[in-house]
Amino acid sequence: MPQRLKHVDVVTIGVGLTGSLTALELAKTGLKVVGLERGAPRFTVPDFQSPAIHDELRFSIRKAMMQDNVREAVTFRNSSDESALPIRRWASFLPGTGLGGSFVHWNGQTFRFQAADFIYKTHIEQRYGKKILDPDLTIQDWGVTYGELEPHFDRFEYLLGTSGRAGNIRGTLHAGGNPFEAPRAREYPTPPMKEPYFGALFRKGAESLGYHPYPQPSSNLSQPYTNPEGLSLQQCVFCGFCERYACEHFAKASPQTVILPVLLKNPNYELRTGCQVLRINLDNTGKKATGVTYADASGREFEQPADLVLLTAFPLNNVRMLLLSGIGKPYDSKTGKGVVGRNYTYQTTGGATVFLDDSVNVNPFMASGANGTMIDDFGGDNFDHGPLGFIGGQYVGAIMTGGRPIEFHPTPPGTPKWGLKWKQAVARHYNHAVLVQQHGTSTASRLNYLDLDPTYRDAWGLPLLRMTFDFPENDVRMSQYIADKVVEIGRAMGGKTVIRGGTKRPYTSTVYQSTHNCGGAVMGEDPTTSVVNRYLQCWDVPNVFSIGASAFPQNGSYNYSGTIGALTYWAIEAIKNQYLKSPGPLVHG
Amino acid sequence: MADISRRALLKAAGVMGVAALPQAITPARPASASAQPATYLFLNSEEASFLEAAVSRLIPDDDEWPGALQAGVANYIDKQLAGAWGAGERLYRSGPWRPGTASQGYQLPFTPAELFRASIGAINKALSQAGTPFARMSAEQQDAYLARLETGDKDLGGVPSGVFFEHLWESTIEGFFSDPVYGGNRDMVAWRMIGFPGAYASYYDLIDQHGIKIDRAPTSIGEGPHGGMHMNPSIPAKLP
Repeated sequence: MPQRLKHVDVVTIGVGLTGSLTALELAKTGLKVVGLERGAPRFTVPDFQSPAIHDELRFSIRKAMMQDNVREAVTFRNSSDESALPIRRWASFLPGTGLGGSFVHWNGQTFRFQAADFIYKTHIEQRYGKKILDPDLTIQDWGVTYGELEPHFDRFEYLLGTSGRAGNIRGTLHAGGNPFEAPRAREYPTPPMKEPYFGALFRKGAESLGYHPYPQPSSNLSQPYTNPEGLSLQQCVFCGFCERYACEHFAKASPQTVILPVLLKNPNYELRTGCQVLRINLDNTGKKATGVTYADASGREFEQPADLVLLTAFPLNNVRMLLLSGIGKPYDSKTGKGVVGRNYTYQTTGGATVFLDDSVNVNPFMASGANGTMIDDFGGDNFDHGPLGFIGGQYVGAIMTGGRPIEFHPTPPGTPKWGLKWKQAVARHYNHAVLVQQHGTSTASRLNYLDLDPTYRDAWGLPLLRMTFDFPENDVRMSQYIADKVVEIGRAMGGKTVIRGGTKRPYTSTVYQSTHNCGGAVMGEDPTTSVVNRYLQCWDVPNVFSIGASAFPQNGSYNYSGTIGALTYWAIEAIKNQYLKSPGPLVHG
Repeated sequence: MADISRRALLKAAGVMGVAALPQAITPARPASASAQPATYLFLNSEEASFLEAAVSRLIPDDDEWPGALQAGVANYIDKQLAGAWGAGERLYRSGPWRPGTASQGYQLPFTPAELFRASIGAINKALSQAGTPFARMSAEQQDAYLARLETGDKDLGGVPSGVFFEHLWESTIEGFFSDPVYGGNRDMVAWRMIGFPGAYASYYDLIDQHGIKIDRAPTSIGEGPHGGMHMNPSIPAKLP
């Protein structure tokens, strides 16, 4: 029998971005909050320091900061008529583990989804009619609008100190920023980062074709900054070890730099690391959570009673915990009924490799995780899809996050895959190639979903999550259309040879694409098509909130952390101002 | 020779606070052909013989830059196979074991150490029966043999040859380009070859000097903490 612990007000399952941010705000109100983190505690000093942090083999290739596949994997198949098999080593996506979660190894790319993204179904049908949608697509509105979220986006960016250039302040366009962005209340907290050569080359090429380049918004800061919590960040030094690494310089916003030093001093908060939550416990009505059961690092089980349970894990793990706990009706792809696991989406990526003249020294190793130069001319619904027969879009940009050579050693088409000619081509082209990335929408389909695997289990004996996913044809058409535009940009940059990219089927779990897994516990206004209401509160168990990108009904064009932050603040305010005053459903379905 | 130039480079990289750099690090071949042979922890002599010959063809030596063998790649692979990675670290290893689709990735029960042992053992057995071990083939014959491993589906003790080749090639790339602390990339030759500076901590003063040529020795994480890794703006970087 698990040992029963003393009751607390709130427990968070996971202490990454959403777990630390919710705890920060709720502990301030006087509530007793316990954070349960499965991984280890870790801090900028001493854990993220040079020289050990600049180790490509350990962090990029062996993936030292990621969820341990030996204990917990995910099974995968392209379609429901195949047998899912375990992803035995991460490749396509990289869920983090440990204090701070994936928000430690992120790149710092900090975007806001656009206004149309939050009313996607309504917007698309109004502009194009229903016929533009392939029959399998299951896009929907979020139940919250950009206008409602704007103050929370603003607050989140000022927590992180994000560096950028506004393109639209309260409806007035500003040169140098992104003219397609939704209106923001004020300028970014800090100015954009310095533009590297690859960005300048892209800017010139994109401008020559009439596009609108702007500096990628970055939470690796352009200058020192102190956030409203009184925590200070340093200036990024472009070391080129950002994505898949932790920042040694206090320059990347992460829970360790912008949240935890304040939270961990609050006597209302207790952090417990090495604690693997096994399930959320429900009372005999099945409509109220009584707390959670977890195993500590030595395998002992504990029951932690709590009034309010916040699911604040990586999106895939939020969905799995709901399924393991019997919260919400699991999605059935045959009937289309049920909600948990429905509308799992990913991210369309791709992009081109642009080979330049040997005289152009790109120096790709001078980089942060988010100092690209990019355009949104093909993002979201920023262009007319009427004649094109697909929905969605991608941003395009020269975004290079460090020229670490195990991962990056491009060779032009026709080069042998190994041998002397390969070696000579690598030596010749390494410093004279630019990656122009495509990154965009992933459209929800009734064929793509998450459920529990019937065969494979984790180290605690519980079923693994099973992922059934392939890119809908719509998304392939979209990405391939943009791939042609990217080749034109590559040539305008001076590319002598351009390798064309773009999304293809089948989706493969074997090549890194993006860690923007989303959906599966989506938000909405209708309990038959959503797991949580517009405040991220579970329809079926109102004292459980499932927070994060698991709530996205489909994925937008951008890296998702900024929108996760805004949604988290939105949910926190609903908990503080509505739920705590009168615990119960905030919306009646 | 290699030792002397390495010491000079270490000094130049700023470990001792020296700002001046010898001109042009480039003209190549810093890894000496007479480098000490590796002491193998995992590989037996027959396995080592195959692996040394194979990595020599995957990334060959030439007049300008040393190849994988000279860079210590066989030594790197040996140390990886002897350690946690070889034993299946971070690899989900529960059955049932079923062949998957290409999208599903690696689905064999072998750990990396088991996979290399089974595959190389099968290769060596077959070639010794045929009369010419891999290491004694001509370079052309070796290339043709490796190409057959790469594209074929020959069974190597339970491992499809294409799966073995993929592991061999990935490990060769890792050993060539990873930090020398892991036993490959000796004298950072692979980094010198492409112009990757290694584990420097700061390019703040250089990033907006577009197109400059970074003309200085790379730095390994083995060369110590902060001071040695910080790129001093006074250290030469020149326009092409």
